[in-house]
Amino acid sequence: MAVLLIVLLPFIGVLLAVASGRLGRRAAAVAAAGPTLVAFALLMSLAPSVLAGEVLVLSRPWVPALGLTFGLRVDGLGFLFALLILGIGLLVIQYAYFYMSRGDPLWRFFSYLMLFMGAMLGVVLSENVLLMALFWEVTSLSSFLLIGYLSDRSAARRGARMALTITGLGGFCLFAGLVILGQIVGSYELTDILASGELIVGHDWYLPMLILVLIGAFTKSAQFPFHFWLPNAMTAPTPVSAYLHSATMVKAGVFLLARLHPALSGGDAWFYLVGGVGMATMFFAAYVAFFRHDLKALLAYSTISHLGLITALFGFGTAGAAVVGIFHIMNHAAFKASLFMTAGIIDHQTGTRDIRILGNLRRAMPYTMVLALLGSAAMAGIPFLNGFLSKELFLKETLTAPMMAGTPWLLPTVATVGAIFSMAYSVRLVHGVFFEPGQGKMPKEGHDPSAGMLLPVAILVAICVVVGVAPQWTAAPLLAAAAQSVVVGELPAYSLTLWHGFTMELLMSAIAIGGGIFVYTQRARLYDLAHRIWPGLTGGAVFEKTVELVVGAGARLTATLENGSLQRYLVLLLVMALAAGALPFIQYGFSSGPQELTPTNPVAIAVWALLVVAALATVLTHRNRITAIICLSVVGLLISIVFVYLSAPDLALTQLSVEVVTILLLLLALFVLPKTAPRESSRLRKGRDIAVAALGGLGMGAISWAVMTRPQDSISDFFLEHATYPVGGGTNVVNVILVDFRGFDTFGEVAVLVLAAFGIYTMLRYANHTFVEGVPDTADDRYPVVLVSASRPLLALILLMSIFIFLRGHYLPGGGFIGGLVASVALIMQYLASGIDWANERMRLNFRVVAVIGFLIAMVAGSVAFVMDLPFLTMALLGMDVPLVGESDFVMTLLFDLGIGLAVVGSTMTILSELSHMQEVEPYDEAQRAKESDPWKP
Amino acid sequence: MNHWIALPILLPFVSAILIEIVGRGRIAVRRGMGLASCLGTIAVGAAMVLLTRHGKVYTYALGDWEAPFGVVLVLDGLSALLVALTGVVSLFCLLYAMNRHDTRGKFFHFFIQMQVAGICGAVLTGDLFSLFVFFEIMLLSSYNLLVYTGDKQSLRAGIHYVILNLTGSVLFLVAIGTLYGVTGTLNMADMALRVSELGAEDIALVRAGALLLTVVFLLKSAILPLYLWLPNVYSSAMAPVAALFAILTKVGVYAILRVSTLIFGPEAGVAADAIEPYLLPLATLTLLLGMTGALGSTHLRKMMGYLIVASLGTMLMAMGLFTETGIASGLYYLPHSTVAIAMLFLLADLIGRQRGPEDDHLVVAHMPKQSGVLGLIFFVGAIAVAGLPPFSGFLGKMWILQASLPAPQVVIIWAVILSTSVMALVAFSRAGSLIFWKGEEPPKGEPPRGDSQMGATAFEFLPVVGLLICIVLYTAFAGPVAEFCTVTAQNLLTPSVYIEAVLGAQR
Repeated sequence: MAVLLIVLLPFIGVLLAVASGRLGRRAAAVAAAGPTLVAFALLMSLAPSVLAGEVLVLSRPWVPALGLTFGLRVDGLGFLFALLILGIGLLVIQYAYFYMSRGDPLWRFFSYLMLFMGAMLGVVLSENVLLMALFWEVTSLSSFLLIGYLSDRSAARRGARMALTITGLGGFCLFAGLVILGQIVGSYELTDILASGELIVGHDWYLPMLILVLIGAFTKSAQFPFHFWLPNAMTAPTPVSAYLHSATMVKAGVFLLARLHPALSGGDAWFYLVGGVGMATMFFAAYVAFFRHDLKALLAYSTISHLGLITALFGFGTAGAAVVGIFHIMNHAAFKASLFMTAGIIDHQTGTRDIRILGNLRRAMPYTMVLALLGSAAMAGIPFLNGFLSKELFLKETLTAPMMAGTPWLLPTVATVGAIFSMAYSVRLVHGVFFEPGQGKMPKEGHDPSAGMLLPVAILVAICVVVGVAPQWTAAPLLAAAAQSVVVGELPAYSLTLWHGFTMELLMSAIAIGGGIFVYTQRARLYDLAHRIWPGLTGGAVFEKTVELVVGAGARLTATLENGSLQRYLVLLLVMALAAGALPFIQYGFSSGPQELTPTNPVAIAVWALLVVAALATVLTHRNRITAIICLSVVGLLISIVFVYLSAPDLALTQLSVEVVTILLLLLALFVLPKTAPRESSRLRKGRDIAVAALGGLGMGAISWAVMTRPQDSISDFFLEHATYPVGGGTNVVNVILVDFRGFDTFGEVAVLVLAAFGIYTMLRYANHTFVEGVPDTADDRYPVVLVSASRPLLALILLMSIFIFLRGHYLPGGGFIGGLVASVALIMQYLASGIDWANERMRLNFRVVAVIGFLIAMVAGSVAFVMDLPFLTMALLGMDVPLVGESDFVMTLLFDLGIGLAVVGSTMTILSELSHMQEVEPYDEAQRAKESDPWKP
Repeated sequence: MNHWIALPILLPFVSAILIEIVGRGRIAVRRGMGLASCLGTIAVGAAMVLLTRHGKVYTYALGDWEAPFGVVLVLDGLSALLVALTGVVSLFCLLYAMNRHDTRGKFFHFFIQMQVAGICGAVLTGDLFSLFVFFEIMLLSSYNLLVYTGDKQSLRAGIHYVILNLTGSVLFLVAIGTLYGVTGTLNMADMALRVSELGAEDIALVRAGALLLTVVFLLKSAILPLYLWLPNVYSSAMAPVAALFAILTKVGVYAILRVSTLIFGPEAGVAADAIEPYLLPLATLTLLLGMTGALGSTHLRKMMGYLIVASLGTMLMAMGLFTETGIASGLYYLPHSTVAIAMLFLLADLIGRQRGPEDDHLVVAHMPKQSGVLGLIFFVGAIAVAGLPPFSGFLGKMWILQASLPAPQVVIIWAVILSTSVMALVAFSRAGSLIFWKGEEPPKGEPPRGDSQMGATAFEFLPVVGLLICIVLYTAFAGPVAEFCTVTAQNLLTPSVYIEAVLGAQR
């Protein structure tokens, strides 16, 4: 349980810090330090058992399907890291309280810091590797927030984005690698993974998995070629650099190498990749660090170099090297955090971090000087400090590294040269700041800071000294426990003593110290040389450029594809449809069915020929809109004739009435549009459109032919059988299908109709009318007398007719839908013949409400069935009879049909009255229109 | 009688009717009815999820006509999931709209309820033709909601939207006609049976019908090359509508999944796997191009539009594997991406309003007034959409990666998913740092521009935070949800379960 609390406490700290927002700096610091202290105490309570070699595992299920558990684990390695995170965390909180300027909202800073702390603890204490990957990414995210903390500086924003992208990328790769790892092992629990080293190394997926995992580790630990984000992350406030970017987060990469060492280190690829990258980074970064003039940049490259050293040690793949790697993790965390804090103190007190400007501070800042001197000495590997011990052991390991039999001199040489530069920059750090005179004027005359700010540094430096002098009594037990979780089987023999006799590694150390001092004395010449030949190419610049390129390319590609042309989208859709329809016929061939063809009838041929002509005419005359609409109406009428010919009177009637109403509405709409459409298609585009249309028509024809020549075995037989009295209740099978068998579809279509009416109403009423240009009314006789006088008596007749059609629908062609349409025609005629004002005065009905009431009646008709516990829209209510009228099904369908009819009338009339409203808008203005962009294009 | 199965359709229909009859001119009544209906949909949806969690399939024969002759509603896990999701998203959109949007025109609540009914009907019906009908209801109500404000940009986007989709409807009818011509039925379960019994002479025709149907669904779910309409349409709609639209494309996904597993699955005889080979490559390219668009977007809402496209690509990639874990992982990802993007749409509105005339354009403007809390929510939302831990997007992507490991295309799938995740990271970190870090201080002394100086009220934050909490809960309860998705995926891959539930009595 303690381990769960340890991980959760920092997150509680986040909430406390946020809550402390208004209470001031001290409250924020307490909110952060309190949970950390408790977690630290809890960790300490686990120390005896962990140091005794126990592994504490706690597992709670989370998503079994993914193999993701909330599993935590405390072993030596996790304990060591948790100790670093919480211990240094406490020191950093103390330091930050003094370091951060008074104006800063400290609660925000601490809430980010605690978020990081919790995530980092999660990484090092996870038992489930997927959970570890989850926490891993959270550390990247919190680091993003912390690097960008000083968000008004563009360097900070850039640095934050760069760090997030690189470490985020690494996190995704790691996570992919771990998924493969888990699939190889069959479990995502570390206990299982660590025990399956042989299985993993021998698996086909070993190499891809390893590469993905290593990308994760290398990006986090800033290994070449992913190192460049770390120097750019130095824009973060110094406490962050000390904590995240030297002591803990960047160690997550090497932690991962240590954690998976037992499972992955067995392969040759491991040695070459990890060892090679580590050595290269160690050497290269030490070299670069020497040339940095910014204190923090120098320390950043030094951190990269030391991380390279640790990486290399794990890369050697031997138990001995791994133990040294862990030892150096501990030592580096101590001295580098102290050095970063020192750099922060210098920056804080003098206002600059430039070594060239800083100088002669030994008198003004004596305490700081002593601490910096000791920290740098530890970093350089001077005896009696902890850095010396692990560096000696590292040099020894390079001498005995495996797989280097051919070139045994290579690794020791690289290591020694790297150590020379390490010595050189360490000397520079102390000498350049505290002893050498500076080249410019410092913004502030520095002096030692308050004790509260020096205390955390002093504690860390004290650790460096104590461990350096008496390692057996201090670091040894912790190291042994941590090493035990990295090494399979017995711990190798290693000796944590200062004096091993006159050995090869002692010679190398001596060369490094001497050589480092020599290099430093030659610094003026080296800087001069570097100034001339330093390559302008840096990882950061390449990264920035790449991101710019990708974003720019994305924007251009998107703008090219999504050009806002409806024509293009439509062509894409139609071509897709053509391809989809044609592909199977190309693959499997086209075959017509076995059905006998009926003999041709000359009348039918004539009708169909007319149909083709009318359709073509619609297309050809489309620029003259009225003509086109008339041609279109011919098409519609011919289709209803075709329905009659094919013995479908109901369809013919429906088609006819729909046709009349739509054409009338179209004509009304045309009234407010220009009479001709502009000529806007290029010849090429027309060609394309003709091709698509022709192919589409041919395709439809082919499919229809194939369908209609096939024998039909469909559910319609059932309808024919059951429609007739008494089962379905009626004799008009079409109507029974509409209101009974498939009443639900009709019900839905009623909703569609009502929606259409409401939509058109909203659009015409509320739309920005610059879209719709009115045209002046040019007709001389507005209301022809013949039409007026004929339409009024016709109104009653047609309405009567519509009621008749409606009522007989159940048994003969007709029904609510057609009835409604016919009634609408009667009403529309009044509008046409006598004008809107005349008609509106006489019809004070809100047709929208009529439509909704129609929908409501249909709903009620369907819901009556609930009373009998029958499904919605059941018409035959257990053979119930309604007095005076007849069987229930007849009554119910009639009610339902009534709803449909009302909805039809209401909807059509809503559209109509809104369209006629349009005529009141301003007249059509050619000049205005020319200014308006084409409504069909953006 | 399982009357409750029809409830997610009838409840919003009834409230839509009452909103127009009882609630005319009384905004409180309209709001109350809208909320009640959404809450009811959530309740029914939740009950449906619970009832179907062991894989049981329920049916409801409308008009008391047994399948395949009447229209049946069929409830399985997939439908239940979408009903519940629709309820949740519509509730928060409605809450958000109550701040200012629902009084900008008439009929807002009517259209929203019709929209909900349309979505629920589409996912519940077991009949291909009534699927068409509900697609029409969805289309018209979404179109009405889109042009609701009546401004030029939304009208223009609306024309694109409605014409493309009406063309799609025509194709839908052609596809239905073809399939009816070959199989003689409209009931999907019955069609599945009849398709599997077809002779070799019908192979081309039935496959043509299947592919035409797929084209329609690809248009609805905005999959390459038919996604180009989406970003502009969604970014033109007002915020709560755009947030609700996040679910519309999922109905397209639903339809693809339903049809490709039930009717044209591996046991479909001559039509076996008619759709299967095309889905994965198209979805992969969609993800790639969608994310490219998000990266290159010039304003935040457009970016969200492209992120929807990308998320659709992601989930259809997973489903396109047509394995149990593939479909299950896609199903898990579906609600996550819907909720996360809906939230970001609402948030983009709040951000845009506080930035003055620059609105949500990704250029330097003054800092949003409430940059602290907006930034925090944006940060969390971005994490969720980009698929970063600790939210459900991460779990979803993790599952998709696991699911695709045995597939032969694993390298491509992994490469695309990982690289697009990094692209999302870049896109969000650029947009976020531009808006919340690079912003200038609001000018002092200058008169406030528009309402940019007014902070959002707590009631405006409520839906955003509510959706955020949904994501957190969805992450925390990922275990049972994942189990539900697995059972549902198993069911989808065993069409006989569905078919027997619908036709069991007869055959």
